Amino acid sequence: MTPSDNTTMQNILSGDYYTNNFTLSPAAEGDTLVLNLGPQHPSTHGVLRVVVELDGEYILKAEPVLGYIHRMHEKMGEVKTYAQYLPNMGRVDYLHALAWNWAYVAAVEKLAGVAVPLRAEYIRVITCELNRISSHLLWWGAYLLDLGAFTPILYAFADREKIMDILQIVTGSRLTYCYYRFGGVSADITPDFIDMTREFVGYMRDRLPMYKTFVTENMILRGRCVDIGVLSKEMAVRYGATGPVLRGSGVAHDTRKIEPYSIYDRFDFDIPVGKNGDAMDRYDVRIAEIQESLRIIEQALATLPAGDYLNPDVPERITPPKGEVYFAVEGARGKIGIYIVSDGGIKPYRLKLRAPGFSNLHLFAELSQGTILADAVSILGSLDLVIPEIDR
Amino acid sequence: MKIMTNYSNAIKGLLGLLKGLKITGVEFFKPQLTIHYPRKEVTNLATYRGHIDLVAKEDAPLEPKCIICGKCAEVCPSACISMEMHVKGEQSFASPAECRTITVGHGIEIPFSGLRLPPAEVIERELDSFNLDYNYCSLCGLCVQICPVGSLTFSKDSYLAGTARKNFEFDLLQRLRERSRRSSQTTTAQEKR
Repeated sequence: MTPSDNTTMQNILSGDYYTNNFTLSPAAEGDTLVLNLGPQHPSTHGVLRVVVELDGEYILKAEPVLGYIHRMHEKMGEVKTYAQYLPNMGRVDYLHALAWNWAYVAAVEKLAGVAVPLRAEYIRVITCELNRISSHLLWWGAYLLDLGAFTPILYAFADREKIMDILQIVTGSRLTYCYYRFGGVSADITPDFIDMTREFVGYMRDRLPMYKTFVTENMILRGRCVDIGVLSKEMAVRYGATGPVLRGSGVAHDTRKIEPYSIYDRFDFDIPVGKNGDAMDRYDVRIAEIQESLRIIEQALATLPAGDYLNPDVPERITPPKGEVYFAVEGARGKIGIYIVSDGGIKPYRLKLRAPGFSNLHLFAELSQGTILADAVSILGSLDLVIPEIDR
Repeated sequence: MKIMTNYSNAIKGLLGLLKGLKITGVEFFKPQLTIHYPRKEVTNLATYRGHIDLVAKEDAPLEPKCIICGKCAEVCPSACISMEMHVKGEQSFASPAECRTITVGHGIEIPFSGLRLPPAEVIERELDSFNLDYNYCSLCGLCVQICPVGSLTFSKDSYLAGTARKNFEFDLLQRLRERSRRSSQTTTAQEKR
């Protein structure tokens, strides 16, 4: 092969399978540079690797490479009993662990026909929404960190710390929660928890205007977000994007509204949607979702019923009947789906996790085409990816 | 026209910066949120859920409430728990070895013995050791929840640190006895005073 041959790039690079088999974009004319963004890179959260082909500063082609923290969560489900799989759920998406907790326990409850006491449903709503806020806060800080603003993450973490303190009261941990059980939750909420949550709702409401003046209205941020990574409605649907990424493009699809699970139909809340589908819209949707979550928490606290927090009739070793079940909940990043096939034994026959980040990530390859590298970082951040969830 | 927009953008940007600086300035004079750990400690450790510990009987502080049913060892997702026991009056018991066949593969092989010991009324037995391998524990709390007599609780040991695997392998029975002795010594010391 001669150096002028378009494919020699692969031979010159002594990379791994992905770099060696990276086909250069047909649009490439002359010199292009193939660059590995990641797996260890400050602007990719976790161990995401993107192989990008650059023409100057413009991206011709981007290819995400996955699997760096694949932990066989689905296979693990097949070798553990139903209860033994619970701690895994806190580690799939560590930022919104309780949504995964919920998706799994609800799927098993649906399959086994376990009733959940009303109080437990309320506790689940309150804790899950708190966790959603903490996830969005971390995204907010980390995204701005990607864009070069350091201070906001400190404010975000100070607020997030309050949520972690609240959730620690009932769950006992601060990040990888394992709180929900079949037929309820593992511990009842305390008066302390209720007081602190009430206080937090007010505190966070006062805090959001500061976020707005500090960051959202900032010209520099707007320059990095407005009209960057415009994602059309059709493309978002085509890729199966969910969560704030889909809603930012103007599709009002929220599992909590479309297929209301648990007791979400009792609460009054809106689904924030964007107009243009750019990074700024996705940003605005998440900030608005924090407000909606606060509304849900407030309503749930006001109407919290007394009663059991755990169904006492759930057997110690749960054995759902033969069959299959799919259950979806709305996580901070989109629709979380759990599919379980049971053969009537003590462990699932097959378990499939649908991670919203997986679909959202693959948008990036198309979205980043033709943009400059700095904007690609902004686009990647605006998708709110959690790599452990994508790799599973 | 373009120059005008450039100027107005520059002014808007500058205003944004000033607003940001104002917020930072206000925050600067607020009390510090960071807790400087070795000199100060956080106040919410009471709600922390650390590794498990045995709970003593009310009337016998050296004896755990545990009835050695093996449910905790069976439910543990990572096979952290194992125990040794003997029948009261005898030195060894045939099934403990079988009961402990739950340490295979640490969570990859299903930690499930399929063998339940007969209830405590049928064969009365005594605990020799209650082993916890904290290296593999994921703090899910399933063992505490499943314990029929409430013999397990969470410790508040949040500053636990060690340099070797061995530092995290505990004999909880020994820990319980040491703890009880220590607390009885302090109470007697207080009584003497």
